[in-house]
Amino acid sequence: METKNKIRVLIAKPGLDGHDKGAKIVALALRDAGMEVIYSGLHQTLDQIIQTAIQEAVDVIGLSIMSGAHLPISEKLISMMKEKGIDDIRLTVGGVIPHQDIPGLKKMGVAKVFPGGTSFDDIISGMNSLFE
Amino acid sequence: MGVAKYTKDEKGAIKTVTYQSGIKVKPVYGPEDLEKAGFDYDKDLGAPGEYPFTRSLHPQSYRSRAWTTRQYTGFGTPAETNERFKLMIANGQNGLNVAFDLPTQMGYDSDHPLAQGEVGRVGMAVDSLKDFETAFAGIPLDRIGSGLTINAVATIMMAMYQAMAEKFGYSKTRISTTPQNDILKEMIGRGAWIFPVEHGVRLVGDSIEYAVKELPRSNPVSLCGYHIRESGATPAQEIAYAFEIAKAYIDNVVQRGINPSEFVGRFSFNFNVYGNMWEQIAKFRAARKLWAKMLKNEYGVTDKKKLFLRGLFGGGGSGLTKEQPENNIMRGAYYALGAALSGAQTTALCSFDEAYTIPTPRSALLSLHTLEILMDEVGLRDTVDPLAGSYFIETLTLEMEEKILEEMKEVEDLGGMVGCIASGLIQRKLSGQAYEFEKGLQSGEYKKVGLDPGSKDNDPGATNVELHEYNDKWAQISKANLKELKRTRNDKEVASTLKALENAARFDENVMPYLVKCCHAYATVGEMAGVFRQTFGEWKEPDFY
Amino acid sequence: MLKTKDILSGNKLAGARLIRFIEDNDPCAFKLLKELYPYSGNAFIIGITGPPGAGKSTLIDGLILEFRKYGKKVAVIAVDPTSPVSGGAILGDRLRMQRHAADDGVFIRSMASRGQAGGLSRATKDTALVFDAMGYDIIIIETVGAGQAEFEIAGLAHSIGVVSIPGTGDGIQAIKAGILETCDIFIVNKCDRPDADAKVLSLKMMLGMRKPDKTGWTPRIVKTIAPDGTGVKELADTFLSHFEFMEQNSSINEKRKELELLYFQSLLKDLTLEKILLFIKESKDFKAAAGKIKSRRMDPLTAAEKIVNKICVF
Repeated sequence: METKNKIRVLIAKPGLDGHDKGAKIVALALRDAGMEVIYSGLHQTLDQIIQTAIQEAVDVIGLSIMSGAHLPISEKLISMMKEKGIDDIRLTVGGVIPHQDIPGLKKMGVAKVFPGGTSFDDIISGMNSLFE
Repeated sequence: MGVAKYTKDEKGAIKTVTYQSGIKVKPVYGPEDLEKAGFDYDKDLGAPGEYPFTRSLHPQSYRSRAWTTRQYTGFGTPAETNERFKLMIANGQNGLNVAFDLPTQMGYDSDHPLAQGEVGRVGMAVDSLKDFETAFAGIPLDRIGSGLTINAVATIMMAMYQAMAEKFGYSKTRISTTPQNDILKEMIGRGAWIFPVEHGVRLVGDSIEYAVKELPRSNPVSLCGYHIRESGATPAQEIAYAFEIAKAYIDNVVQRGINPSEFVGRFSFNFNVYGNMWEQIAKFRAARKLWAKMLKNEYGVTDKKKLFLRGLFGGGGSGLTKEQPENNIMRGAYYALGAALSGAQTTALCSFDEAYTIPTPRSALLSLHTLEILMDEVGLRDTVDPLAGSYFIETLTLEMEEKILEEMKEVEDLGGMVGCIASGLIQRKLSGQAYEFEKGLQSGEYKKVGLDPGSKDNDPGATNVELHEYNDKWAQISKANLKELKRTRNDKEVASTLKALENAARFDENVMPYLVKCCHAYATVGEMAGVFRQTFGEWKEPDFY
Repeated sequence: MLKTKDILSGNKLAGARLIRFIEDNDPCAFKLLKELYPYSGNAFIIGITGPPGAGKSTLIDGLILEFRKYGKKVAVIAVDPTSPVSGGAILGDRLRMQRHAADDGVFIRSMASRGQAGGLSRATKDTALVFDAMGYDIIIIETVGAGQAEFEIAGLAHSIGVVSIPGTGDGIQAIKAGILETCDIFIVNKCDRPDADAKVLSLKMMLGMRKPDKTGWTPRIVKTIAPDGTGVKELADTFLSHFEFMEQNSSINEKRKELELLYFQSLLKDLTLEKILLFIKESKDFKAAAGKIKSRRMDPLTAAEKIVNKICVF
């Protein structure tokens, strides 16, 4: 059976922002890189994202955030992941992320940050590097 | 190079050029091209200000009046927004354009769990009529019109605007508001939808019908090709899909026994200037012509002014880069040049830092100055439609018209825009195109200056810009106001107006008059939208791959 | 470390991780499945199939809602095709069921077909076993039907619903392909379309020719409009009544036994194949043959034939 070591990714859009072009094209790029991508759809609560990550047994959660709320959202999600015992799932964050916020995100436990404009190649190799 | 496809020979000379809409560009154009395309001055151009308005809506265009500009305002609390409004009016602005925060756009009050961290972030937070009373206090509503960037709950905001004006003693017949109110494009691109497609369209229909009967100076719909383009559409699709969406709204209202002539003149459009400049110019000229032709031939509209494709050609967000953001100032200038050469009536530019954040006052001012330079220094007001008669531009305009019609036909053959959006056909097509385009950009097939594929120099995060900070006090103030409101208002009246609204929603009565009553009773946005959520359910987005 | 008792107690994280092991063909899954097996056999398994775009996911979203109203715990296995080019997949069926994501009594699992013919696999069966042991009352398996899948799903579910839509030949083609014998409930979705009645009529005609199946069940036709929920309650009730019907005449037991035998056979096939292939690939003969094929000294047909003949002496 052709099964081993497929990376499963949940691409999630937390909150009310509806700009989903970035999330969708990244999902397509990850699929074409051989990953299995679950897309949450828009307007998700953090609880829905956590439950989806659990049920789908993903390796990575990729948050797409364009509203500027990346710091509080990531912080809250990480604490919820710990609480649910899924902090072994890697968290990555993409979207409108200013340079000065990247160290803060990394410090709170975000594994990779992909600000808008990051190439597909860099996103894919960044994702793969989490599992080498 | 740019967003068009180029092939070159080994010496670097250009061999072929193909625009995004699929048009191939020749190295040289001459009179034979016009002849081949069947170009006819009277039929295809006509005098400026005459049908089919390819050249301009007005005979004297910028000679009589330079374009008008619009800036998007509104952030934080209604009180802060009110200060901004007053400042802008003092600076000579004759219209306001109001941005709402995401909870308001999605029909949630400031105390809803999903509103956490979002109150006042990307626009003004509105929970009830109290907030509108604060935001618009002291604004001469009979002189100043207001654009409201709101879609899923546009009916609620229109009703609230009327209720607020009435509280201040203005008759509803004297006020002017333009909600964006284009729910179908939200389902294609911007994502601020709530209700299922057919209920969304019905609400748009309700607001148009109400405007026809009760709000003679208001413009109920502003159609946004803009966001469709940002979602991956070609320039031809941008126009075609916006027109097909317009037809869906028109058809809904016509079914209510209202003649299109009574309302189509009050539609306005918002189109994108991003892309190859010649293609944009041809797009706008073709769009003016096609809109007029469509209204005349398909809907029997005859009054000249009602055939106008009025609107804003501007923005250009997709063209901006985060790398070397100063380049975006130059890009903006050329986008605006394209808009001016196509006779844009109204324009606005994205600010150079918009790839990052809400524009800062400094960057917003730079955009405004860019537009002033074009009109007041460069000479774009000198003559009407300076490119008319160009072998290239006229041929391209005709070809663009063909492409737009092809795209429209495809949608119509599939049963029209409502079905195409409900099933996700359009969204799938556009996300696929956006993906292919992005791959082309990353492989260097398309070119953006400052974005060198494969180079490690352009670390996308390697720019620091001044940021518009989020302030948590906005949420605290909004929540405190909401609590106070709920303590002091007449709960019985709120409940009975909401009940009446529910009946109207359920039994296909126009919801607008009921919403006005709810607003006067200080029902909240969340409560009114909640009635719709209960009655209509929520949309489930289709898959996109 | 995964524990059987966590899974049996319904712990979602434990269940989900076991399903992941199943999917990745991890050997530890086999042992756990053996431990879980005695606790399975209580769930009612529904198969939903039909062409792409027929509205299956939206219907299932509505079914979850209805089953939850009856207090049933519901698990969904949504199978989507793996891209044959990249080996990746976008699993988007749950997009339309996402409102149930945070409901304690609902578990939705997307699954890529990973190159299995027809889109269904042993992994689906194993996963259904996990859900069954976790205490889900109803398990819904969603799969894109394009001919073959209907037959595969018949080997997994107790009740099969086939979704078709008016204005397309899909339903009719499905019948031609033989679905008539395996389908229990025909779902005509998007019944607000003008030609819906014609569709229902043509289905009725086709069904008129069919005798009740060996359990005595006569297939039903249910009309639905998935987006606004029209007919979905009736559909849920029809599935439940099929279940009751099978329970009352005890045919459910026959069906369960039949499915277990099928499971046994497919396991036998997979395990034998895996073991023998592994054995062959490590043999000297295999390496020698591979070398000869590469240098074109032997054709692949002869090479394969020789090796198999050597092993299968009987």
